[in-house]
Amino acid sequence: MTTDNSSTEVEVRRDASGLPERFENPGLAPHQERMADNDPVADKRAERQVVILFALSVLGTIGFLVAYFLVPPGETVASMRLSNLLLGTTLFLGMFSIGAAAVHWAKVLMSDHERQEQRHPQRSDEKVRAEAIAQLKDGAEDSGIARRGVLKGAVVTALALAPLSIVVPLVGEVGGDWNVSKFRHTLWKQGKKLTRDPSGEPIRASEVTVGSVFHVIPEGLRDEELWIEEKAKAIVLMVRIDPNDLTEREERKDWSYEGIVAYSKVCTHVGCPVALYEQQTHHLLCPCHQSTFDMANEARVVFGPASRPLPQLPITVDDEGYLVARSDFHEPIGPSYWERLK
Amino acid sequence: MKAIAARRNHRFAPVVLLLLALLVTGGVYAALMPSPAVAAAADQSDIEGGKALFRANCATCHGPSAEGREGVPSLVGVGAASVDFQVSTGRMPMQQNGPQAAAKPPQFDEEQISQLAAYVASLGPGPAIPPQEQVDPAGGDAANGMALFRTNCAMCHGSIGKGGALSEGKYAPSLAGSTPTQIYEAMVTGPQSMPVFNDANLSPDEKQDIIAFLEEQKAGSPGGTDLGAIGPVAEGLWVWVVGIGLLIGCAVWIGAKSS
Repeated sequence: MTTDNSSTEVEVRRDASGLPERFENPGLAPHQERMADNDPVADKRAERQVVILFALSVLGTIGFLVAYFLVPPGETVASMRLSNLLLGTTLFLGMFSIGAAAVHWAKVLMSDHERQEQRHPQRSDEKVRAEAIAQLKDGAEDSGIARRGVLKGAVVTALALAPLSIVVPLVGEVGGDWNVSKFRHTLWKQGKKLTRDPSGEPIRASEVTVGSVFHVIPEGLRDEELWIEEKAKAIVLMVRIDPNDLTEREERKDWSYEGIVAYSKVCTHVGCPVALYEQQTHHLLCPCHQSTFDMANEARVVFGPASRPLPQLPITVDDEGYLVARSDFHEPIGPSYWERLK
Repeated sequence: MKAIAARRNHRFAPVVLLLLALLVTGGVYAALMPSPAVAAAADQSDIEGGKALFRANCATCHGPSAEGREGVPSLVGVGAASVDFQVSTGRMPMQQNGPQAAAKPPQFDEEQISQLAAYVASLGPGPAIPPQEQVDPAGGDAANGMALFRTNCAMCHGSIGKGGALSEGKYAPSLAGSTPTQIYEAMVTGPQSMPVFNDANLSPDEKQDIIAFLEEQKAGSPGGTDLGAIGPVAEGLWVWVVGIGLLIGCAVWIGAKSS
């Protein structure tokens, strides 16, 4: 540690035009006197400021304790908010003021001698290096590893294999489930009733009026072992559209029932639940990336990053007038994955 | 009583009894049944008043007999609930053409709105204005309302009903300023982009549960400001701009030399 800066001086070479080859070390900025160092009034003022900051912290801590005991969170939202506000403000005051006081103290009152510390070289000196190498050599010599080939092989093999007991289970857990067919099938099958989410009550076709929207789950979903995962795949959005507004391919005519159409609610872009249905335009908007599907026209993409229509669930009614699925989806639901159409 | 008992076999007794019975029956009927003749007359004057209001304020777009035209819906069969919702929220009469009719201070008083509603309801059957006890938040189950709101409403109106954007300039409005009656009417009638939630989809009791949930949200957030309650975008902006800004400010202050 030195207080002069002579060791940072470097010889400056200049090229032909007189400009330095490298930037000169500007050295330290000239020392600035602080007001508190020369003016006793300023010194007193600075001291007072620091004291005030510490006093604020004391007040904050006392205030925190008072608020903790006298303003309990209570039962109402208003009382909880008041309690949180008081605790937070006083805690901030108590903690922040200590830090601010310490920093201010160090900046205005503590000595402002400027010191320099030179970086020492990273490389150890020759003596230490030679000593270390000699010790390593000595150790290798002592173990006799160069002479005992089998031993060398055994230790290398043991050390190389040991990490497998960690790596194999880890990788196995990550990539253990390569059964992609489960992404291709959902709970829907022929005769499965369409029921309301979350109550699970079946829906009659007569209840689905034009302009209404039903959020649909398959019947008996809650009996499944992994029902949340099954729900994530099987959720369906069902609307009734005036049959005059509906455009359907000939081969898909029997997938809808008197204008009632049901589509997967999982966006084909990255799989958000796409459920913002605008009944006047028949547009279904995905809240994540604004993909928009036209429900009156086979859920084709009219806007946004999704690249294919939502899969349609073929539906019909049973003898009692309840809406039922005709089959599972005819294509995998959700975003694309590379085995999707294999 | 003895005098009456002694004359129970009098030859006028049946006549007197019959007269008494008729009087009691008539009295009870009059007391229990609201006079249909009077009510119809009041309704009729409401309808007439509503018709006059309609002609003056609505017929320009909806047509003289509310039949609608290209781009303007017919009001036959929309029901009183629809009129009460649209007019009491100020959406109708519409201020200007645009992606969506915006809410504004209502232009008619309660009596005029009920007259307009009576007139439109007389054009064809439709959903009626719900009675007060049906929309009373105290009668709903807010927990069930939250589950229903999350499934059916939250994707557009946000998790606590603060509203959100739709496509092409349309939007789902905030529900913070809506009365329970207006919320109920909106679910029943499906105004503008909003789908209809009929009584088979959300039963009247379930609608009341949703109203109870929304009413609870009016008390605000117990944690302090909710930053609009529009989700991670506002909260992230706050943290990155204000939070990190303050930290940078502290770092600059610590590093600066004292004067």
